[in-house]
Amino acid sequence: MKKITIDPVTRIEGHAKIDIYLDDAGHVADTNFHITQVRGFEKFTEGRPFYEMPSITARICGICPVSHLLASSKACDAIMAVVPPETGAKLRELVHCAQFVQSHALSFFHLSAPDLLLGFDSDPAHRNVFGLIEQNPEMAKAGVMLRKFGQQIIEGLAKERVHPSWIVPGGVNAPLAPAVRDRILAGLPAARALADKTLAFFKTVVDQFQEEIANFGTAPTMCAGMVDEGGGLQWYDGRLKFKDAEGATVSAGMQAKDYASFIGEASLRDSYLKAPYYKPLSYPAGIYRVGPLARLNVADGFGTPAADRELAEYRQRCGPVVHSAFHYHYARLIELLHGLEKIERLLADPSILGTHVRAHAAVNCLEGVGMIEAPRGVLIHHYKVNEQGAITWANLIVATGHNNLAINRGVTQVAKHFIDGGKLQEGMLNRVSALVRAYDPCFSCSTHADGTLAMQITLRGPDGAVIDRLG
Amino acid sequence: MKKIRLATVWLDGCAGCHMSLLDIDEAILNVAARAEVVYGPLVDAQEFPKAVDVTLIEGAISSQEDLEKVNTIRKRSKLVVSLGDCAVTGNVPAMRNQIAPRKLLERIYIEGAQENKGIPTSGVPALLRQAVPVHQVVKVDLHVPGCPPPASAIAFVVGELLEGRVPNLTGKVKFG
Repeated sequence: MKKITIDPVTRIEGHAKIDIYLDDAGHVADTNFHITQVRGFEKFTEGRPFYEMPSITARICGICPVSHLLASSKACDAIMAVVPPETGAKLRELVHCAQFVQSHALSFFHLSAPDLLLGFDSDPAHRNVFGLIEQNPEMAKAGVMLRKFGQQIIEGLAKERVHPSWIVPGGVNAPLAPAVRDRILAGLPAARALADKTLAFFKTVVDQFQEEIANFGTAPTMCAGMVDEGGGLQWYDGRLKFKDAEGATVSAGMQAKDYASFIGEASLRDSYLKAPYYKPLSYPAGIYRVGPLARLNVADGFGTPAADRELAEYRQRCGPVVHSAFHYHYARLIELLHGLEKIERLLADPSILGTHVRAHAAVNCLEGVGMIEAPRGVLIHHYKVNEQGAITWANLIVATGHNNLAINRGVTQVAKHFIDGGKLQEGMLNRVSALVRAYDPCFSCSTHADGTLAMQITLRGPDGAVIDRLG
Repeated sequence: MKKIRLATVWLDGCAGCHMSLLDIDEAILNVAARAEVVYGPLVDAQEFPKAVDVTLIEGAISSQEDLEKVNTIRKRSKLVVSLGDCAVTGNVPAMRNQIAPRKLLERIYIEGAQENKGIPTSGVPALLRQAVPVHQVVKVDLHVPGCPPPASAIAFVVGELLEGRVPNLTGKVKFG
């Protein structure tokens, strides 16, 4: 038995490594996916005042701090037993949409586009966003500008782009200035044009990746995503719906406070990332997926015209229930478009300029759960406090965790299809990494983990001796 | 003109400093023209390369793996910059320092799991007793505080270093 290690997996948000075991004939026998860091927010926040939790847990992730700020603030709303004023809730939703735009742009353009545009087998020294700047400056610039548009909205509303202190228990701490609204509206048409163009371009090239589509994590699984009462997709507030692998509803509307009846967590011996599972089916049969692909499988529609048109075409091209993880990219680009439509709709509502944006209260409940859809999937913060409001217990279930079991299985599938141990090539291993990239996993979030994203590939013999090394 | 060999490293942090680096927006196109990014979260380098001119480090030193990595980085980099509060002071990762790693892991993987309870031990690096700032382990040439440092400060630091000057950060950065 030989072992290949991809350490770390590159161009993902965090630090992971993959071991690939080959049998004597050079075929892939098994794979192991390791997440290699843990930070322990659940433990070290004990004793902190509950209202500090949004700021502390934002530091779980600098890519989607807004997601943690929102999930945490919603848990705090529950502890205070308040409902944020209408404008406050709409402003939270607005900043959340802006985050989807910037985060989805980062995932597609900065991290995955180098594979799709420069080629999975292209020179790894240039297969990155800087290579893209040289070889396809228009596409690279579109990515920089779309990400910038999302970040500027966050900055306009919340004063800072990363870890803003504007989202607070009870709502937000300042209303939206009319000048900021007008500035965002002025920038929208250009952002829409870039999103439309990118999606149109993606649809012209997607068919070139038939082999990847057919082998990238295609095993059917359950899916979970948040929806409103009409079954439409929701990112900020709603109930979590689970559908089975054939698309039939198995759980129509889990409320945040009931999550522990539906979601269990299993520890894994070889990873710092726990594996959540759907409790009624138990572990590991209760495997399910979250994120853009899962949300599009679960929701009936977006409720915005352009994204709904794209969703209809997506379902026509890929089927009513989509399982290939490669299509996370496609689903993500449609969601990016929806984010821009939703921003426009929220800003067109005059009540967005309302000045009553925050509810004030002290501790009224000793427990609270907050749930939102983060860009990578559903995110749950659960806190218990004492009468003085100090945290006595905390649990966080983050998007990438839900996908842990599916990523593990997908890695095995891609490795078995693409890797030939007889003639090891870097591009084969890049496809294994690309499967992980398609999920846009955030290991910074998920274990409160880290990553220095470079890749070393070593082929070892049974005795551990290095047989071959790439790089 | 020969391009500067630039590396960026993400240890025990949240990626926020890297996001602030990307928040220089279009200026990243100019950086790409003058520096070759030879290692970091955005590129596919296979291992930390030799003869790096400048390495920006985000995050504290928290695991055995971080410790080994930062020693290699120091040996192979002319200038090492601690980017952000976690690298400069330990910051949020160091909030765990009052708690024994064993207790922390038990809380997450035994009390915090319903199935397969147990602490991961295979293929994952051991946690250090405490998360520490970079300069506690290796010599650091420049400290850039902030959680994260503002994009304007990062653009200034990178710009000055590309010009071969030591940036004077007075008035440009603060903690938090």
